[in-house]
Amino acid sequence: MGRALAAAMNHDSYSDDYIRGILNTVKTIAMVGISPKDNRPSYLAFKYLLDRGYDMIPVNPGQAGGEILGQKVYAKLADIPEPVDMVDIFRASQYVPAIVEEALTLTPRPQVIWMQLTVRNNEAAAKAEAAGLKVVMNRCPKIEYGRLSSEISWMGVNSRTLTSKRAQLFGRGIQRMSLNRSTTSGGTTEATDRAQKADSGQ
Amino acid sequence: MTERIPGFSTLAIHAGAQPDPTTGARATPIYQTTSFVFDDVDHAAALFGLQTFGNIYSRIGNPTNAVLEERIAALEGGTAGLGVASGHAAQVIVMQALLQPGDEFIASRKLYGGSINQFNHAFKSFGWNVVWADPDDLSSFEKGVSAKTRAIFIESIANPGGIITDIEAVAKVAKKAGVPLIVDNTLATPYLCKPIDFGADIVVHSLTKFLGGHGNSIGGMVVDGGTFNWSREKGRYPMLSEPRPEYNGMVLHETFGNFAFAIACRVLGLRDLGPALSPFNAFLILTGVETLPLRMRRHCDNALAVAQWLAQHGKVAWVSYAGLPSDRYHALAKKYCPQGAGAVLTFGLKGGYDAGVKLVSSVKLFSHLANIGDTRSLIIHPASTTHRQLSDQQKVQAGAGPDVVRLSIGLEDKDDLIADLEQGLAA
Repeated sequence: MGRALAAAMNHDSYSDDYIRGILNTVKTIAMVGISPKDNRPSYLAFKYLLDRGYDMIPVNPGQAGGEILGQKVYAKLADIPEPVDMVDIFRASQYVPAIVEEALTLTPRPQVIWMQLTVRNNEAAAKAEAAGLKVVMNRCPKIEYGRLSSEISWMGVNSRTLTSKRAQLFGRGIQRMSLNRSTTSGGTTEATDRAQKADSGQ
Repeated sequence: MTERIPGFSTLAIHAGAQPDPTTGARATPIYQTTSFVFDDVDHAAALFGLQTFGNIYSRIGNPTNAVLEERIAALEGGTAGLGVASGHAAQVIVMQALLQPGDEFIASRKLYGGSINQFNHAFKSFGWNVVWADPDDLSSFEKGVSAKTRAIFIESIANPGGIITDIEAVAKVAKKAGVPLIVDNTLATPYLCKPIDFGADIVVHSLTKFLGGHGNSIGGMVVDGGTFNWSREKGRYPMLSEPRPEYNGMVLHETFGNFAFAIACRVLGLRDLGPALSPFNAFLILTGVETLPLRMRRHCDNALAVAQWLAQHGKVAWVSYAGLPSDRYHALAKKYCPQGAGAVLTFGLKGGYDAGVKLVSSVKLFSHLANIGDTRSLIIHPASTTHRQLSDQQKVQAGAGPDVVRLSIGLEDKDDLIADLEQGLAA
């Protein structure tokens, strides 16, 4: 028998609608802390999101002035000459408050602060939310895109979604799927969430 | 705002599957193809570099197999699955991802005879050394732990003896030792028992048995619980935590997070060792999984009726079935598989070896063969077949002594099964 899951914004779990809403709305994503090395998770996520049609802007002071995957690298968020919809933070949790502070000074303000897998800072999240921004912590936008588009299902990964509706092709090639897909919740993975929480000492 | 969490039967039908994106086919198509075209050169490079999700070659992944993988992962509450050619292949793939030559793993000595052979002989030739422990003496697991231990392996319901392993207690030993607990959940299936909820980190299956359920396809599955931190102890699990030369220095755990183990098994193990699951078998097994809850309910009801009947029969010395209240494993069965103790049971004949041989020859509905988990009821005399290669002592330890007969109870009418055993025992 199924059961109902309360989906309050507690940052331990996010509803699929919340994540899909974000990934379907934002267009320009600044990735803070991207590595120029092509075997690093940040580089891989950047490349994947670029391939899915997002305007990706690399931010890394050590690489400023250069290019990563053909995109000009900026030293800091304030240097970016165009509006940013989402700031994706690929830095350790203790560096998050300064990045959020900086994001909140931008005009116009970004709509979303996204912290990567293992990155979490509750105080900075509260501050961003108080300013009206949406926050996602401890998630990877590449994995979430793959999950909600069903691309990740090709790897046997539990997408935690069910649907009786056809998935939509992204329109650029065959093995790329769009986020415009209607789903309901699928199988949960509570054990991994518990283990991760215990591991990070929360 | 609330989101519904679907129940088991809904997942058994829907998880992993969706109408085909190009044709709208509702049943999962059999993608009987070796290879998949690339969109362009960049796409090919991204696929080979694990930079994007997708299909390359059916040895590494196939869309039909992927539906089965996601479905079993969802039913087990795991993060990802990997389908392989057989249950034995699943064990090879898992151990190869965890052990280097010279490393050790602890295994319950109450296992399927084929696994005992695999661990004692084939794995030793790879330098993966098994240390046996006794599921009835939990301290033996602790005593087996050494600096070389890399995993602990148990069966949830052991084959053939009907032993229920105290998963939670063994999981505590594994946690303390800093190694993952692997549970073979073949006899229980996730319908009866979900080992990850009790502390297992990895689940393996022979899909050939109850999950497929129709005795028509061999297959195996690895499920990643997403619960183990592969990077906690540096260098202990280099396939997961160290830069991989096979993939340009990528570190799989940091790249794939809580499903990194399943990815490692796929892109290092399955890719290089090669025991791929046929998409046609995956299709047949998927069809079986859709009715798993209905079948397991019936399997368990029939098995309990047969066990109760055998227990009062004059020629039967003992019955080992954890569903019987008198069974020594009944309390553990109540905890780990409250909906039923499965459909495999053993019993001892007062007439010993000869009586066992006579019974398997005399039955007319039970099929005499070396499998379990079929719609049909099956019978075997382990001492002369599945466990023949073991020493006499190992046979007894594995619950396969000379007087033992094993039954796998099918979905027929239970009165017909009892009548067949009755005439067989009278013969």
